[in-house]
Amino acid sequence: MRKIEENIFKVLMIMSTVLISSTLFWIIYTIFSKGLGSLNWDMVSKIPEGGFYIGKGGGILNAIIGSLYITVGSTLLGLLVSIPIVIYINIYAKNNSFLANITRLSYDILFGIPSIVYGAFGFAIMVYMGLKTSLLAGIITVTLMIIPILVRAMDEAIRVVPEDMKNSVYALGATRYETAKIVLRQSIPGIFTAILLSFGRAIGDAACVLFTAGFTDSIPTSLDQPAATLPLSIFFQLSSPIQEVQNRAYAAAVVLTIIVLIISITAKIISKNLSKNKI
Amino acid sequence: MILQPHISIQNLNVHIGENHILKNINLDIPDKKVTSLIGPSGCGKTTLLKTMNRLLDNQTDVRVGGKVLVDGENIYDPKAEVTHIRKKMGLLSQRPFPLPMNIYDNVAYGQRIHGNYSKAALDVIVEKNLRDVNLWDEVKDRLKSPATRLSIGQQQRLCLARGLAIEPEIILGDEPTSALDPISTQAIEELFLQLKDKYTIVLVTHILRQARRVSDYIGFVYMGEIIEFGPTEEVLLNPKEKLTKDYVKGFMS
Repeated sequence: MRKIEENIFKVLMIMSTVLISSTLFWIIYTIFSKGLGSLNWDMVSKIPEGGFYIGKGGGILNAIIGSLYITVGSTLLGLLVSIPIVIYINIYAKNNSFLANITRLSYDILFGIPSIVYGAFGFAIMVYMGLKTSLLAGIITVTLMIIPILVRAMDEAIRVVPEDMKNSVYALGATRYETAKIVLRQSIPGIFTAILLSFGRAIGDAACVLFTAGFTDSIPTSLDQPAATLPLSIFFQLSSPIQEVQNRAYAAAVVLTIIVLIISITAKIISKNLSKNKI
Repeated sequence: MILQPHISIQNLNVHIGENHILKNINLDIPDKKVTSLIGPSGCGKTTLLKTMNRLLDNQTDVRVGGKVLVDGENIYDPKAEVTHIRKKMGLLSQRPFPLPMNIYDNVAYGQRIHGNYSKAALDVIVEKNLRDVNLWDEVKDRLKSPATRLSIGQQQRLCLARGLAIEPEIILGDEPTSALDPISTQAIEELFLQLKDKYTIVLVTHILRQARRVSDYIGFVYMGEIIEFGPTEEVLLNPKEKLTKDYVKGFMS
């Protein structure tokens, strides 16, 4: 009887595992089979020709560059803000400090807020300050969206550093700041995971940039110009009634998927090497 | 009696939250001797050790009353500089925690944070301290490889070298052999015996045989109080207090 029970659950588990991984391959297959036909060198090296609703010529370089600007910019800006937060709540604040608990709670809530709300919030601020859609507005809004991701993921990584590890650094006469540096070094693989997570969210998010970064056919040359992004480029092209333009949307999706894959594989390799050699 | 206390604990009371962890402790730790603190789990011996280098400061909801004099200075004086106090003491924890860097940098770390960046001086210090813990011959060819690649026994000796490199006067050991195999344990114990001419050593242990092998004095801690303190043989073989007698009974038979 217990043997049968065991087998039933084993089969169920295998089925769900296979289902999930086959979905992944299905998605990749769909995107690639529809997109690869339209993917050519022009696609990734030229900006659009003939307008993005009907245009069949040129490429999506504007969106690739725009997405990279926004993602890299917001990840860097996000790290700049979230590393001090994480250090404060883990090293400086005492274990059950009110401020640290409030911070963790608020980031848990912020984590769950849909990105369109961040987009609307960013838009409201822009209107209030009289700003137009721009690269800068896009970067700031995406930063706001990914900070909770960064803070939560890095907090998890740093919290597992044992108290005795910190104590043995303090015992050498280290200050809190010096201890924080050691703790950060100890958590490098976790910090990489955090960066990876937020990078993936930032590059794939359409709702945040819709109102804030806008869309344009040209490559932005300064922070106050609007910027195109890959998710929006997919969205606009896919809403076109012309089959050819729709296929270009799938090609853009292939590019986006490849960028995400490259980033995550590189991050995995770097983090693996770091944890093997330095820690 | 003890002529020259290195650490003198006077009327020490520690509360953590609602719990009275240490109750009116008075204890003189003799200079350049090994003193073991023994007692059942949860009796407060580790807390007592942590009051000596103010590691309790980082815990939540801790209140410390009384005085801990190191070299005649009260380390709980509000004006006392905590990094300066800790520089006087090396700590060896239950499990070794090598820093996320190579072997050389682990030993040099303490010197560097206290302002010594001279490569030549650090080379000498690193070699000397690794020799002092009998690790030099095992690691001299791979000083630049990560400290975590060492075996756990080697890591514990590395942590001792790292502590000694800041030139402390006191070594605090918090059950430093509890994670080690018998051979590594023996290596650490032998080191304590070698080092006790130069350092004051305070050791928390629950292994009575270890306390007997390495220590000159023993303090028996029970329910947050020092029940008995005296020379090793006296406490273990001829205890005055009934509580001590009951605790060391297993050891006697």
